[in-house]
Amino acid sequence: MITKSATSSSLSSGSSSSWKSITDDVMPMWLQDMIKAIMLPIAGLLFFLLIWGTGAQNIDTSLGKFPGPSQALEQFKSLITEHNDEREKEVAFYQRQDDRNAARLAQDPNYTIKIRNYTGKPTFIDQIGTSLITVLTGFILASLVAIPLGIMIGLSKNLYAAANPVIQLFKPVSPLAWLPLVTMVVSAVYTSEDPLFAKSFITSVITVLLCSLWPTVLNTAVGVAAISQDLLNVSKVLRLKPMTHVFKIVIPSSIPMVFTGLRLSLGIAWMVLIAAEMLAQNPGLGKFVWDEFQNGSSNSLGRIMVAVIVIGLIGFLLDRIMLMLQKYFSWDKQALLR
Amino acid sequence: MNSITDNTINPILELTGVGIEFPTPKGSFQALTDVNLKIAKGEMISLIGHSGCGKSTVLNIVAGLLQATEGGAVLEGKEVNEPGPERAVVFQNHSLLPWLTAYENVELAVKTVFDRSKTKAEMKEWIEYNLNLVHMGHAMHKRPDEISGGMKQRVGIARALAMEPKILLMDEPFGALDALTRAHLQDSVMEIQKDLGNTIIMITHDVDEAVLLSDRIVMMTNGPSATIGEVLKIDLPRPRNRIELADDPKYNQYRQQVLSFLYEKQRKVEPISNTKKVNKKDLSTEKQTA
Repeated sequence: MITKSATSSSLSSGSSSSWKSITDDVMPMWLQDMIKAIMLPIAGLLFFLLIWGTGAQNIDTSLGKFPGPSQALEQFKSLITEHNDEREKEVAFYQRQDDRNAARLAQDPNYTIKIRNYTGKPTFIDQIGTSLITVLTGFILASLVAIPLGIMIGLSKNLYAAANPVIQLFKPVSPLAWLPLVTMVVSAVYTSEDPLFAKSFITSVITVLLCSLWPTVLNTAVGVAAISQDLLNVSKVLRLKPMTHVFKIVIPSSIPMVFTGLRLSLGIAWMVLIAAEMLAQNPGLGKFVWDEFQNGSSNSLGRIMVAVIVIGLIGFLLDRIMLMLQKYFSWDKQALLR
Repeated sequence: MNSITDNTINPILELTGVGIEFPTPKGSFQALTDVNLKIAKGEMISLIGHSGCGKSTVLNIVAGLLQATEGGAVLEGKEVNEPGPERAVVFQNHSLLPWLTAYENVELAVKTVFDRSKTKAEMKEWIEYNLNLVHMGHAMHKRPDEISGGMKQRVGIARALAMEPKILLMDEPFGALDALTRAHLQDSVMEIQKDLGNTIIMITHDVDEAVLLSDRIVMMTNGPSATIGEVLKIDLPRPRNRIELADDPKYNQYRQQVLSFLYEKQRKVEPISNTKKVNKKDLSTEKQTA
């Protein structure tokens, strides 16, 4: 970057090259780098807010003007307040219930106390929690299937040739196509009087699993197939047992590719989940967006905009967490990860 | 002195009529034909020849990493048909597992080979003994990316020695090292071989290295259909000292004989315009054999 600008300024004449030399004199290199590292992302975000703000003012919908940044912020605050109010109501409800039960018990020692759960409507924050639990369950289950499967496929050319058409066939399938099937199958198969998990939860998890399986399978297989011949020869000369071979040689050397797959999978899992919740009325952020859309109040669009940003932010954080995990598990701490 | 007839009695390893063909899209490629060699216990043999002549292929057949299509290798009366730790290989580019320390790399080999015959404490002692043997005791808990190329190769040798192989196979072990490091490692190998009496086959490009280290130098003709051209017995007393040998007329005569084989009798005559193509082919065959 810097060398490039240096050559271009030396090529151009007069004023620009003298400006370059002034900045070089005044500011040391590390300060320039730091300013770049901080200011450029901020400039990017400000530019986005500007476009959003000006664009929003010029869009009229049946629910009023499209919400700009300030309206979204307002709605965000009100969502937090609603959440806190709901929590207070819940605490008050349990308090009332406990007081009532205590009073009954004082009157009649043989009275069997009844405890009812609070059934208030889930708030925005609750929906975030539900979505996170669902996506992580689906993603972890998918990884538990995908990593061993990828290793097996990567180790055997024949198995790869056999599995590849199936993988390629299902990889591009949208969650929306799976959803009706999954819903029907879950309602038919998962029948119990006292279910441990809600049906909607199981449906979302399976849909997420089916869609987020493939990147991990493929990347793991590619990583395993690309192990250097030298290391394979070492394994052969040592006559390592198949399991030792997998744990000592195959897994460590394919870790970077496995994590590339896992990060892609988690990204897909998050996207799929929102769509699945929206369409299937499973609780979560997707349902929140859909409910607000159906609600159609003047605040709805602002609230949806908040949800959009929160969904993006959580997706980004999930990816960063995976990156941290990759750094932790990878033997090569110097490797450049982005 | 230069005769191909081999009078080794009670050989530990015997190659008889070894040949190998690789299938290629343009039909089969005969890399080796009729390689015959007997190696006695405790002998140090160098294989020398131009690149692409099939030296590595011979070594890989002995290692069991490649299967001869004609003839075969017999180690102590048993035919070689798969790789195994009794024929330990020191690879050209060290081939240490980058995620394990020097100690752990040797440990992996020791744990596999002495699975039941050594206790944990004995294994630890044996790993440390071998690392000390190659002068790596001070850095045994470092990972390959934290040590120099020469040190990596030392660990590679320690790993191979720790398997207690019947025969040690070294595939251009010092090819990637600078001259000074190479000399150090050559001295180490001579020292270890004197103490332990290992049987060693080493591939090399380096004439001085071959004369300095070997009991016999096996010179290979150019491929395709490469085979053993000449075998030169090096009758120099051990221990050998590289500085004293520099003025030794016998040493210089041996050197001259190898050089004359390589650059007069087996001179690579290829038109320059073809060099690139040939190099490519060399690379691809090396990939197959490596």
